[in-house]
Amino acid sequence: MTERQGNPERARDLTSAEFRQRLKSGLGIGIGPFAAHIRAEPESLVHPLHGLYANYPLLPDDSVFSFHARLDLARAFPRVHRRMLRFSVDGQEPHEPMPAEQALPVLEWGINLVIAMRSHAFLMLHAAVVELDGGGMLLPAAPGYGKSTLCAGLSLRGWRLLSDEFGLLRPRTTDLIPVPRPVALKDASIDVIRDFDADAVLGPSTPNTRKGTVAHLRPPGDSVALAGEPAAARWIVFPRWEPGEPSRLTPISGAEAFMLLATNAFNYELLGEAGFDTVADVVAASRCFRFVYSDLEDAVEQLTALAREHNG
Amino acid sequence: MASPEQTEVRRLLDIAIRTPESVPALPPRELDMLLRVARRAGVLGRLAARLDDSGDLAKLPAAAADQLTGRLVMAESRVRLANWELDRIAWAMADDTETPLVLMKGCTYVLLGLPNAPGRVFADVDLLTVEDRLEYVEATLNRAGWLSQPLKPYDQNYYRKWTHELPPLTHPEREVEIDLHHNVLPRTARLKPDGVRLLERSRALSGTRYRVLSEEDIVLHAMTHLMFDSDLADKLRDLVDVADLLDHFSAASDGFWDILIERATELDLERPAFYSLRYCQRFLGTELPGPVLDALARWSPVAPVRALMDALAERALFPLHPDRPSRWARLSRLLLYMRSHWIRMPPWLLTYHLTVKFLRTRLFRD
Repeated sequence: MTERQGNPERARDLTSAEFRQRLKSGLGIGIGPFAAHIRAEPESLVHPLHGLYANYPLLPDDSVFSFHARLDLARAFPRVHRRMLRFSVDGQEPHEPMPAEQALPVLEWGINLVIAMRSHAFLMLHAAVVELDGGGMLLPAAPGYGKSTLCAGLSLRGWRLLSDEFGLLRPRTTDLIPVPRPVALKDASIDVIRDFDADAVLGPSTPNTRKGTVAHLRPPGDSVALAGEPAAARWIVFPRWEPGEPSRLTPISGAEAFMLLATNAFNYELLGEAGFDTVADVVAASRCFRFVYSDLEDAVEQLTALAREHNG
Repeated sequence: MASPEQTEVRRLLDIAIRTPESVPALPPRELDMLLRVARRAGVLGRLAARLDDSGDLAKLPAAAADQLTGRLVMAESRVRLANWELDRIAWAMADDTETPLVLMKGCTYVLLGLPNAPGRVFADVDLLTVEDRLEYVEATLNRAGWLSQPLKPYDQNYYRKWTHELPPLTHPEREVEIDLHHNVLPRTARLKPDGVRLLERSRALSGTRYRVLSEEDIVLHAMTHLMFDSDLADKLRDLVDVADLLDHFSAASDGFWDILIERATELDLERPAFYSLRYCQRFLGTELPGPVLDALARWSPVAPVRALMDALAERALFPLHPDRPSRWARLSRLLLYMRSHWIRMPPWLLTYHLTVKFLRTRLFRD
């Protein structure tokens, strides 16, 4: 996105009262290539969202938005005493109402869901993406493999966070496009990141969601400020967290990397030939590894060494 | 009276459908609303295909161009899936050259390269065959791996005894549903078109295992499906299908309108033809020649019924304003939902069907 006159207004420039008012009437936020319009009723969201989105650019009301997401409070028949949340996109609800206490994860998941459902102008790999000294690293993994924890750790040690969920590319290019989002940490990962860096800014923990306890890490300021700048794909690292294992980086063939990458994407098949070509190009442009780890500090060191070895 | 919001929705959809070349000049706020309502009305992909063709897509703000491109990519992927499914069905049916398999709706539009196909997103493969070959086709596909969802005995019975199709078949490795039809309306419907006559006028599609309906029957099927087999809610895309087909076929052949009128009568489909033609003219600006207008005058229901249907259809076909939906439009949709059942079943059957459904969902949480 090109910057017009000077720096755009950011969420942190608003007072809490202004942010609340904008959130209730409709708040435009730039999330990488996506222009999100978010309207949320629950009061409990105001403070955490203001914190997590502090660095994000605000968009004027008269923009074209990629989607309009809404979170409304509702009473669900037949348990009318229970406050529920309705998530909707452009007036349609992709899922059943959710418990009101889970407003923050419901909104964050909802935004990921609408991005995944619509954004077929891009190839969407299921991967975290980070960058160091101009080199982009894809960390593709299914949920539970320690992908979010790893990218959170890297982003707290000098790497730029491009995404914790979407490896985004324009078809037939190998530049990784940033979609900086609050990093969703689950269960034990929350304390791992708290212990890892005392300066990590985490939103409130929400217990008992369908994915356990969830808390969000605020993406570092740089990550959001540089959201318009892609990173050239240079490494593909398939992480797997294994308790007690030492960090171990094993080179793999391009063919194996291709299969792993293509079978773990949001819309590889949907893109057809363009999907095939893009995955092939990204693999050809990258060195590919499997990576087993248990200790985050050590894992971050190893991956940083890998990046420096190449760049140095 | 239409609310200012609803008038705006109508105006923007009119641009999306009829004058896509004026889309790049829209101010951002209007373009944003246009994209939202076009998506809801099912015409976003059609718009994307037209803007892509004219080169205007690249002139739009990135957030708009990406949404439109995304929809186009999705439509293209559905075409690929449908083509592959047709290839597999032809393979499974290789030993049989007699049983007619007639393409319907989405697959027809794509394989005939009709103007409503580009950008149109469709999910199912719809096939028409003769009634006494239905079970044979089903069994053949079952042997080759296609399965229907396990259904309760009531639903099995519902499909087989009362409707015009079998329970949908899906191959476990793929996601496309195959609907095998023997007619265009349920057995229990008020109107009684004859499926055999549709087959009689169908023609072989060269280079394929399949047949397509005659041009007039393609249009009549689209009309019937919209007006007598749906609740019309957010089905503007289906009306646009009809309008696009009418434009295309009438431009290609002088006799088309006469054949269409005659055929509507022959197949007992005058009423769906009446409403579809009327609404194409009113809502989409389709130009109807004199003989068609004469036919409409003959086919019209009594004035109060027509007026009621006009009011309801308009509120249902056009999507609600996404931020300020009108209560009238919601009520219209409920009434049309009730109508869609009423015209598909006689009252005794409707009562029975709704009672079973109600007991199942409310009492047994099934």
